[in-house]
Amino acid sequence: MYVGLVTPLRRSPFSTFSSGTYPLLSRYFAAEISEQVWERYCMAATLMRLLDPARTLGRYVLLHVGALSMLGDVKLYRKNLFSQMVQIGTESIPIIALAAAFSGAVTTVQTAYQLVSPFIPRSIIGSIVAPSMILELGAVVTGFILAGRVGARIAAELGTMRVTEQIDALEAMGLNSVGYLILPRIIAGIVMFPVLYVLACLVGIGAGVIIADLGGFVSSGEFVQGAREFFKPFDAWFGLIKSITFGFIITSVSCFKGYHTTGGAEGVGRSTTQAAVTSCVFILIADLFLAVFLL
Amino acid sequence: MIRIEHLSKQFDGKPVLQDISLDIHEGETMAIIGRSGSGKSVLMKHIIGLLQPEEGRVLVDGVDINRISYKQLRQVRTQFGVLFQGGALFDSMSAFENVAFPLRTFTDKTEAEIEREARKCLELVQLPDIGDKNPSELSGGMRKRVALARAIALRPRDIIDDKPTSGLDPETSNTIDELISNLADQLNVTSIVISHDMHSVLAIADRAAFIHQGRLHWTGTIDELHRSTDATLLGFVRANEYQIGYPELIAEKRS
Repeated sequence: MYVGLVTPLRRSPFSTFSSGTYPLLSRYFAAEISEQVWERYCMAATLMRLLDPARTLGRYVLLHVGALSMLGDVKLYRKNLFSQMVQIGTESIPIIALAAAFSGAVTTVQTAYQLVSPFIPRSIIGSIVAPSMILELGAVVTGFILAGRVGARIAAELGTMRVTEQIDALEAMGLNSVGYLILPRIIAGIVMFPVLYVLACLVGIGAGVIIADLGGFVSSGEFVQGAREFFKPFDAWFGLIKSITFGFIITSVSCFKGYHTTGGAEGVGRSTTQAAVTSCVFILIADLFLAVFLL
Repeated sequence: MIRIEHLSKQFDGKPVLQDISLDIHEGETMAIIGRSGSGKSVLMKHIIGLLQPEEGRVLVDGVDINRISYKQLRQVRTQFGVLFQGGALFDSMSAFENVAFPLRTFTDKTEAEIEREARKCLELVQLPDIGDKNPSELSGGMRKRVALARAIALRPRDIIDDKPTSGLDPETSNTIDELISNLADQLNVTSIVISHDMHSVLAIADRAAFIHQGRLHWTGTIDELHRSTDATLLGFVRANEYQIGYPELIAEKRS
């Protein structure tokens, strides 16, 4: 019964005893005893599987406690911090700007499309597009792109270092590999992500202004006026908090996945995919939580 | 002095090492031999605390390395130079930077001193001119030699070589053996060589420990190894196609 519940697709390997090959054995004890053994095994395996998320969470927390404890040792990670800030931040600027420009432009066109009533002033387009960028799109679009670009990169880099024993080599030298490799990446994420977010908002709203003007939906002056009218400084703070959260999620999840890679090239591939996908899922969850609790 | 006492280790409930006790004396070259998958590398990782045993202790100069803080453990690790199986060079750095890395990280030397030291280490492994190349541009043998140079950069008291000659042609293997042997003499270090290459072991080791199916099956000097009648040990040694009955050949190789 238990077996059927937990692993419905797998049959006990011992059930061949009862299939007629060994009728006598099966009739007397073999099937009976072996089914019990199998059931015990399944119970243990299920228990392990249930505990797995707890163990993963424990390892995730421990990794961060380890990283945090090295925060004072600036000399250890200073050099890596700058190169990571360049890799995570500066090198992401083109793709972030591109994505933000398109999402700003599309939001503008679609908002204009939906405003059919002549009684609504056209400047409302600016009042909708700007807060959309600041509250949601700026951070989320940046988050998704960086989950792919930065998350995959970090996981692949650390994963390769793990499977080629480079992390062991760092440890064997007497270096704190968590402080040396993970801490600078997480700090770089937390520092650079808000910068990219601000850039995304500016570019997105800018693209909205231009497309609105070029498409003849609303003049740039009216757009900006509309945007200003409904601007709340809290929205910008909210966006910044969001971007810092996303920056932490992406770098910390990817570092965790990469650092604990096992199993050669295939393992690196698995970690890389998982880093990008898990980051995206956690970004969505965090997005909802922040909206519910802060707005 | 490294002492391993009744060490046992399991992975996912499967025993990998069982009740291993071994002393490695100051200044000697100890070979840990055994078939692939017998647990040699796992044992090596216990010596520097990269893995923790389920049972037993590892004592380095009388200190149980699993009962000290992580900070103290890192301090203990700095006295080791480790050559990993694949070299484990940092591929984001050039060969020279790899060798300079421990010097930059653990010493307060000036850039000029570091450069001089690193060049000297590269000369010791007979690779004076490859400093600017990236690890991916080097051959397997060169990578291992650079890794050896990096391992000795901080003048360690103990060197651990994990399968230093695996995957190399016999001639390069001989060069690496000679290097390890010379470095052990010149720097007066304790060497632990993990290997399944008997050729190399007979050439450089003072003593050998044979690990078979996760247990320490046999320990003794190389002379004792020649005289041993233990069937399992002989099976392993002979499988290396080394004619154990030719002492003069061995003598020639060891000189």
